[in-house]
Amino acid sequence: MPRINSPTELEELRKSILSKRDPDRPCIAICAGTSCLALGNDRVIGAFEEEIKKQSLEAKVDIRATGCHGFCEKGPNIVIYPEEICYMEVIPEGVSDIISQTVLGKKVIDRLIYTDPNTGEKAAHQSEIPFYKNQMRHLIGNNTKVDPKSIDDYLALGGYSALSKSLFEMTPEQVLEEIKKANLRGRGGGGFPTGLKWETARNAPGEKKYVIVNAHEGEPGAFMDRALFTGNPHSVLEGLIIGAYAIGSHQGFIYTRHDTPQLRNNIVVALTQAEGYGLLGENILGSGFNFNVEVHLDIGIFVSGESSALMRSIEGKTPEPRPKYIRTAVSGIWEKPSNLNNVETWANVPQIINNGSEWYTSIGTERSKGTKLISLSGNICNTGVVEVPMGTSLREIVYDIGGGIPNGKKLKAIHFGGPLGGSIPASLLDTPLDFDELAKLGAPMGAGGMLVMDEDTNMVDVARFFLNFLTDESCGKCVPCREGIRQMLKILTNITQGKGREGDVALLEELAEVAGNASLCALGRTSSNPLLSTLYYFRDEYEGIKENG
Amino acid sequence: MDNDRIDQIIDKHQGKASSLIQVLLEIQSENHWLPKEALERVSEKLQVPLTRIRHITTFYKAFSLVPKGRHEIHICMGTACHIRGATHVLDTVQDLTGIRPGETDMDLKFSLETVNCLGCCALGPVMVVGGKYHGKIAPTEAEEALKNYE
Repeated sequence: MPRINSPTELEELRKSILSKRDPDRPCIAICAGTSCLALGNDRVIGAFEEEIKKQSLEAKVDIRATGCHGFCEKGPNIVIYPEEICYMEVIPEGVSDIISQTVLGKKVIDRLIYTDPNTGEKAAHQSEIPFYKNQMRHLIGNNTKVDPKSIDDYLALGGYSALSKSLFEMTPEQVLEEIKKANLRGRGGGGFPTGLKWETARNAPGEKKYVIVNAHEGEPGAFMDRALFTGNPHSVLEGLIIGAYAIGSHQGFIYTRHDTPQLRNNIVVALTQAEGYGLLGENILGSGFNFNVEVHLDIGIFVSGESSALMRSIEGKTPEPRPKYIRTAVSGIWEKPSNLNNVETWANVPQIINNGSEWYTSIGTERSKGTKLISLSGNICNTGVVEVPMGTSLREIVYDIGGGIPNGKKLKAIHFGGPLGGSIPASLLDTPLDFDELAKLGAPMGAGGMLVMDEDTNMVDVARFFLNFLTDESCGKCVPCREGIRQMLKILTNITQGKGREGDVALLEELAEVAGNASLCALGRTSSNPLLSTLYYFRDEYEGIKENG
Repeated sequence: MDNDRIDQIIDKHQGKASSLIQVLLEIQSENHWLPKEALERVSEKLQVPLTRIRHITTFYKAFSLVPKGRHEIHICMGTACHIRGATHVLDTVQDLTGIRPGETDMDLKFSLETVNCLGCCALGPVMVVGGKYHGKIAPTEAEEALKNYE
């Protein structure tokens, strides 16, 4: 692997990669995301390899095991280039037909393409399939085009040009200014302005500073970060290096879970390849800027995603949060300024640098810019990873993209933000996807897990489910969270078992208030969100159960 | 697991105290559980007090201080699986194996754990046995699947 020593050499390498590629050469992109692998996609990949060998097509047809394509519901998914034909629910037995009829014969196999369940209409391309065509896939769209283990694939798509531009055409201040102007807000849950966080870390006293990718994704029902990071690790890494340059950091950490081996492997390969090309390490691209990255594997428990807990974990201690009178951007890992952003936030950075903040702010609403990744799950026809511009209405996500509710059931509620989020009723379906609008309704967007619930769902049980989750995940350090959640759970369990008593609801509200005011970290402070939102919108269900009991 | 192998794992992480969790994870993934002797060796080599190691190993339920069964059953209790009926799957598996989450049966055949989200919500409810995924599983199917394990 030749080391790249200047922007010119980077462009030359890119040209040489592209010159060796024939855009008309067939390539089969096979989804190897979590869902498709669980469906036995490794057998599909194996079948393609075997068939290509059998027909001696190695020199004519490429296979690419890619990250998540997004349409998990219809997996295993494949896309056949150059025609970009999408086949769904592919089984190993169908592989030889696909090679002979489609790859060689250029004929579309009808039974493998998408059929609209309502109209019966067939669609063979992403641009025609409702699930895809109603999205804006700026971040996740490249997943079908790159092999996560090939940095050359990423370079062929223009990768690392934003890094080169930052290092050679912009000062760190200008990079920071661009991110601030883009009004990029943290995708991890808080929606805090990324530029402000970077500025705080940059201005904090001290030579040593750290930047961290939060790839923990401990929220149940959230799987978009691993889809993006596993499928296109370089896009996140490039953002991280640019951020380090703007902040003045020379050491980065990637914090991720030990139980996602595929993600771990792809990250390690990406780091090695980036180092090989001199895009990471000493004197990056000959600019004089040094930056190294260490991977920190951890156990997925929910509280590890809290910034101060996460940083303690990187130090090798138990992940217990500390009071944040001083922000982690000022005093984090080993008391050094530490800037933490989640996977999706970092992945937004290269496109902002490449296209400019003006382009970025043209997408979205007044206060929420850009696109947002959503993990759509629950009682929905099309479970999957969705990317839409901010401001898209929930109705469009549920019906145009999600295909509505299965089994002819009616929509009852939508839950955002996992165990610290809230549920809103179907009557608020025209709400736009926007940090502030959703927070106002008591259903903060969180990391982007969107759970759809049908008319059969018992909302008291939903609140109980989240509290049950949180009793296990509370670190136990502070009393209002540890004991408060336990007591709320006890009362709710009684109510769901028909043993509710007069005054239960008032007591729940009081407990929620104390836990909300007096807990140490966001986990405790917002632990009662699901409870409060269901009490607000679905109060009759609580009252109803009590009367029956 | 012998001390040489533990030393090898520790050396891979340059013997840094900050890599404690990762060292423990590697031992657990090879040995399936953390024997007391292994923890003592780690404490000695990394110069971390045994109390702190106990703190960490009891904090995370992913660590096991007792031997595990030959087949580890993981049932996803994430939100999407929950509303699609994961509780019924769990109930059935508990009845069949006679163990609750976090437990191992007397014959060391099965260990049962619940997990919070496996990230494949399209397949909910999901049960994983020894790394093999069983998606969109009904309680009766879970019962059938478990009969195939010795």
